[in-house]
Amino acid sequence: MMGSDNQGFEEAHPFASREEMENLVLDDDSTVTANKSYSNYRSATSLSPPILVTPADSDPLLSPSLYPNAPDHNNNHNHHSSYIEPPSYADVIFSPFDQNSGNDNNTGNEINGIESTNQFPDSPISPSSSSDYLRITVSNPQKEQETSNSLVPGGNTYVTYLITTRTNIPEFNGSEFSVRRRFRDIVTLSDRLAESYRGFFIPPRPDKSVVESQVMQKQEFVEQRRVALEKYLRRLAAHPIIRKSDEFKLFLQVQGKLPLPTSTDVASRMLDGAVKLPKQLFGESTAVVLAPHEVVQPAKGGRDLLRLFKELKQSVANDWGGSKPPVAEEDKEFLENKERMNDLEQQLSNASQQAETLVKAQQDMGETMGELGLAFIKLTKFENEEAMYNSQRARAADMKNVATAAVKASRFYRELNAQTVKHLDTLHEYLGLMLAVRCAFSDRSSAMLTVQTLLSELSALQLRAEKLEAASSKIFGGDKSRIRKIEELKETIRVTEDAKSVAINEYERIRVWKAFVSLSAFYGYIALSKSAKDASLIALLEFSYRKSMSPFAFNGHIGCLANNLTLPEENNRTELERLDRERQADFLNMLKGFVVNQVGYAEKIANVWAKVAEETSGYANDST
Amino acid sequence: MITTLRSGSGSAQSPRSPSSQPYLSVSVTDPVKLGNGVQAYISYRVITKTNLPEYQGPEKIVIRRYSDFVWLRDRLFEKFKGIFIPPLPEKSAVEKFRFSAEFIEMRRQALDVFVNRIASHLELQQSEDLRTFLQADEEVIYLKSYSILDLIFFLVNADVFSAAQTMERLRFQETGIFKKKPTDFMQIFKDVQSKVSDVVLGKEKPVEESNPEYEKLKHYVFELENHLAEAQKHAYRLVKRHKELGQSLSDFGKAAKLLGACEGDSLGKTFSELGVKSETLSIKLQKEAHQLLMNFEEPLKDYVRAVQSIKATIAERANAFRQQCELAETIKLKEINLYDSCLLFS
Repeated sequence: MMGSDNQGFEEAHPFASREEMENLVLDDDSTVTANKSYSNYRSATSLSPPILVTPADSDPLLSPSLYPNAPDHNNNHNHHSSYIEPPSYADVIFSPFDQNSGNDNNTGNEINGIESTNQFPDSPISPSSSSDYLRITVSNPQKEQETSNSLVPGGNTYVTYLITTRTNIPEFNGSEFSVRRRFRDIVTLSDRLAESYRGFFIPPRPDKSVVESQVMQKQEFVEQRRVALEKYLRRLAAHPIIRKSDEFKLFLQVQGKLPLPTSTDVASRMLDGAVKLPKQLFGESTAVVLAPHEVVQPAKGGRDLLRLFKELKQSVANDWGGSKPPVAEEDKEFLENKERMNDLEQQLSNASQQAETLVKAQQDMGETMGELGLAFIKLTKFENEEAMYNSQRARAADMKNVATAAVKASRFYRELNAQTVKHLDTLHEYLGLMLAVRCAFSDRSSAMLTVQTLLSELSALQLRAEKLEAASSKIFGGDKSRIRKIEELKETIRVTEDAKSVAINEYERIRVWKAFVSLSAFYGYIALSKSAKDASLIALLEFSYRKSMSPFAFNGHIGCLANNLTLPEENNRTELERLDRERQADFLNMLKGFVVNQVGYAEKIANVWAKVAEETSGYANDST
Repeated sequence: MITTLRSGSGSAQSPRSPSSQPYLSVSVTDPVKLGNGVQAYISYRVITKTNLPEYQGPEKIVIRRYSDFVWLRDRLFEKFKGIFIPPLPEKSAVEKFRFSAEFIEMRRQALDVFVNRIASHLELQQSEDLRTFLQADEEVIYLKSYSILDLIFFLVNADVFSAAQTMERLRFQETGIFKKKPTDFMQIFKDVQSKVSDVVLGKEKPVEESNPEYEKLKHYVFELENHLAEAQKHAYRLVKRHKELGQSLSDFGKAAKLLGACEGDSLGKTFSELGVKSETLSIKLQKEAHQLLMNFEEPLKDYVRAVQSIKATIAERANAFRQQCELAETIKLKEINLYDSCLLFS
């Protein structure tokens, strides 16, 4: 405890719950002159004290100092007693913010609630539904060697993480189990989910961040990744449809190698497509036709280059062609919303960037302030030791006050920053959501494009068939070769018609379901699930999704449940509205928290300096 | 120790000093950029207010540039050995900032302090060079900006006196060639000679005259410089951080405003307000950064320079002592020679 106000600007974490985080990060703080290689907001995140800490309790001066080096024996001015000032306006507001956010806004709780479960590692309570839970922890990163035969001796090393799941959901085998997974497995999981749950708002996975992995310190990077992975998996677990998906279950349970097909990279896909292309262009006509099961995937990123070209042609025709496409996106509201979401995403991305810069600047400020304070403390010590006149000692004492004030201010800046990071994190979270929204919107657009392309093709094929028939009917007895061609064409037309129906179905499904299910799902609950018919409703949704049930049939089933369900189209609208409402509530909360935080700490820092100014006011009166 | 400014012989800045007491107050103001291109430089207006008899009139205004201040300092350093000469602000290390408003203001302030410290120093204020500096009109100053051509001119005209003067003046200009005294080369030679003879004769020569108290002071001064330099470094960084924080707040404010425009309704208004307030804060921070620079970092740097100047004087002291020792050696050697020759001839 002694001398901790001369220790500088390290953080004490009285309630820190992550041991690894502490060990990894706090080491660097103790060296005064160490180059701060990481001052981005992510490291600030890992420095943050837990939410429930109130300022009076978290007084670092009272908690055991973690850095016993260089105790100051000359410390006659013990400032500990004077540190606990009467609670200010800021103190009162701090704690309630963090606790109330959970109550008035389920969404906010969800996003913060995922964090708050840190504080109670043993509590299995998930905020989403009443009885079943799925809690995931990511821990214990370990380096492992690539065992497969590699050309390079000494092999490739990679990091695996221990993923522990606790659940009482029956679909899982068991209530607690762990597996080891590497980052590549997460990428695979995310890609497979994106394919299977097209049109849904799937939470975005953590970045691959190739550059960062080289630039940052290994430990730090691993820690950053671990945190990100945990967040991602917890979001998946909160999604009522995805949490029950096969892919997710496999990921969480199966020991050893992940039994999901790995994603091939773009290059090999293009290669496959290029191989297929000659066959498509010059081969049998049946090879040209789009098989129905392929229709449900977007053309982009697939192996079918020909389809890619066709759809590209169609989209160009849509944009520049004179004639209207056979079927078009009719929902004006959808288009408006798409515009709005795009706009919002852009601004959000910008704001998110600036927020990161702000956090970094605040962090730098705190650090430099602390360094300055320390330098002056050293100077003070030196002066005291070498002083030849008493006036020197007097000046030294004053200087020490200033220096201590600087150190205190520096500590406040760091605390301020830690809180700021948490608040502004909301911006980043929503940015992630907006990306998912954009994907969902584009899923719908690309499905529409597929439909349009197929329709154009269909009409072109039918035209050809008519022409051929007209030509062959002019020849008496029919033209053998022409008749054969017509037969082939008719076959092609039939298959294409099938594909068209599937494409339309897919489009409808996305249009109707994506908003209805995904929006609410992303927040971890479905509007209807608040009622007692939770389990059966979710089961029904799952069932209907898998069977690609038409919306109308589903309607009938819902009618049986006699619930307050309006038509899917209306739910579409209301879900978007809910998205807006909740986003606004979250943002308001964020802003309130951010501002209150700034004000509170500004007050504290101002007090510190005011005190020093008062103590040294004698000089002001003397000088001219 | 360097006397604190604005004490001693009347307060420097205030023109309302009682005229009965002798006073000498100088101010350096009004920086103006003159010349163009590579040759551009800043000139300052130096206003002298005094009632001392040696000066012409109660008030005199002259135009001076940075190199003139350097000349003054070098002259004082030469003439007043053993006295701590007030420090000058450094030359600009980075070409880019040579004409930035901030840099010019910092320099002006430092030059002002410099001249006033000299004027307040009981001995230094008597210097003739100071009077020349404060009074001489520009034409004379231009004449004083000698070039090598002038030197050749004087030599050709067998104007030995002017040539000697020119040489000395040239030495203190930034031509570089005359930086070292011609006698310095001899000095180096003698150094080597004496060191060799030391080694051969196995003598321990004292580097400088010293006693424990002096050593303690010297140690103190050297240490102090380190500490002050470090503090100043951090102070400068702090200023920079303030500027950065201000900038990022401003950017953040703009982003918030744009986001507000997107959102609409009360949330939009909230964002917009946040943006506006952020920008206001940013302006305040920039102002604070400036204040911090002028009132905290610069004075700190000034003290660092002062300590460096003290070190220079200490070095000079050691130099003088060494010269004395060597001359004493030379005398001894010559005496021995004389004695030997006497023996030879007797």
